[in-house]
Amino acid sequence: MDIVIGRAVTWWTILRIALEERLVYRGDFALGTLMRFLPIVTQVFLWFAIFQTAQAARGEDSLNDVTLVGYRYQDFVAYYLLTMISRAFSSMPGLASGIALQVREGEIKKYLVQPVDLIGFLLLTRIAHKAVYYIVAAVPFALVFFLCRGYFVSGWPPLGTFVCFVLSLVMSFLLGFFLEAAIGLVSFWFLEVSSLLFVYMLLNFFLSGHMFPLDIVPAPWDTLIDILPLKYLAYFPAAVFLEKIEGPDLVWGLWVEAAWLAFFIVLARFMYWRGVKRYSGFGG
Amino acid sequence: MSEHPSYLGVFRTFLRNSLVREMTFRSNFIIQCISSVSWTLMNVGFYLLIFSVAPGIKDWDKYEFFVFLATTMFVNSIVQTFFMPNAQEFSELIRRGGLDFALLKPIDTQFLISLQRTEWSSMSNFLAGAILLGVSLYHLIGRETDPLQVTPLMVILYVFYILCGVAILYSLMISLSATSIWLGRNQTLYNFWFYITNFSRYPMEIYQGTYGTPLRLLFTFVVPVLVVVNVPARILAKPFSPETGIDWALAGFAVVATIGSLVASRWIFRRALLSYRSASS
Repeated sequence: MDIVIGRAVTWWTILRIALEERLVYRGDFALGTLMRFLPIVTQVFLWFAIFQTAQAARGEDSLNDVTLVGYRYQDFVAYYLLTMISRAFSSMPGLASGIALQVREGEIKKYLVQPVDLIGFLLLTRIAHKAVYYIVAAVPFALVFFLCRGYFVSGWPPLGTFVCFVLSLVMSFLLGFFLEAAIGLVSFWFLEVSSLLFVYMLLNFFLSGHMFPLDIVPAPWDTLIDILPLKYLAYFPAAVFLEKIEGPDLVWGLWVEAAWLAFFIVLARFMYWRGVKRYSGFGG
Repeated sequence: MSEHPSYLGVFRTFLRNSLVREMTFRSNFIIQCISSVSWTLMNVGFYLLIFSVAPGIKDWDKYEFFVFLATTMFVNSIVQTFFMPNAQEFSELIRRGGLDFALLKPIDTQFLISLQRTEWSSMSNFLAGAILLGVSLYHLIGRETDPLQVTPLMVILYVFYILCGVAILYSLMISLSATSIWLGRNQTLYNFWFYITNFSRYPMEIYQGTYGTPLRLLFTFVVPVLVVVNVPARILAKPFSPETGIDWALAGFAVVATIGSLVASRWIFRRALLSYRSASS
């Protein structure tokens, strides 16, 4: 029993320290969050122009009758706004490069001699960072979504869908974490992972649905997107909210996401275990 | 010995030194080339996807828009090659007090600060842009309805307006980085730069309506980033169409905007230098 309490106290302390550290820069943070919506402004104009052109070409009377790959204009804007939320959960700035740095500089030794587990520690710090981020970013996010509420034509999704949306978000956070942690742990073998990380970022940017709804992707490539776990990092939660994925597809999608998550948890654990065996630290 | 330093000679030395430095780590250079080209390819891929489902963006059809995109690539790659590394270096110089050494040199400080380093690897995007432009022009010249005719005057004007665009972006960049003399740090300003130039990457007529029109006017007449790509791209892609083609008033304004930006940035730079107090050692 004492062991469990001891552990809980340790984890709680880590979480609290990380929270306090994070709240130091809250003003800059809130402003930065608001700025991050600016690129969407140009996307909104771009897609409006595209839809207008399509409307003229098809001779439709109203812009609302025009759909591209099943999305109305409003859905496109709503999609971009929603991917901001999924990205807020799934993006892990500095995680993989941080792990690589710790391995390279030998800082990782402290996890080997202290009764603190590296992945657990990083996960807690990340949860704290994200929690603070959501608290501070809630105001700008709420403001933008309130101003843009007209784009959500169907309004709030039914409760069941919303629960699935939240579930997919929580899993996308964990998936993003363990996926990037696994990339960072490659540094036990390679020391430098920046080029690997670059490839990951590039694929992520394009194939996660951050830039466009993935439904737009034509035939051979959509299979690739279905095979990769990247779509769960941005596209999937947004599409769930917009009720683009429903019924059995939704359940199946959530299971696949869970399976990917389990895979990367096991992979990260396994890599850490093998890596530590391989690791040798000198001096210090 | 002449009283003035040979600016061209100094610039040539800068270019050579940067090239030597980049060639010292050759594989790094190649990786950087590949990485910047891959981002560009992603961007091209994005528009290919758009044109696979939509007929066009306003009056820009697929290849006309790709001329626009290639123009963006030219302007951005030139700015990134010659000015971006220096602007980043500049705020570091201010923060650490290294600007003292630049001020002591018997050469114009703005010249020295702006051109010291050249990032040759960014030129790879220039090449990518050239390929894209070539392919697009091939399709535009060869199309059946209303084929494009490229005249020598168009080419001269195209190059001229690309250089104007580069000058406008340079002025904006050096003004932004000069403000770090007053502000100490300017991480947010770099984001600001990114977000402002983001507006310049699309045809200006997409900014319309209640919010769009003020934005278009703001980014044309106050911060003239919209003329940077729009004017040269229009000259090459749609020179003769009376309604949507190049508006000569806008082209004339672009020249005024270029001169105005250069003068304004020079003024801001000098004002900023007067406030420089060096960093304590």
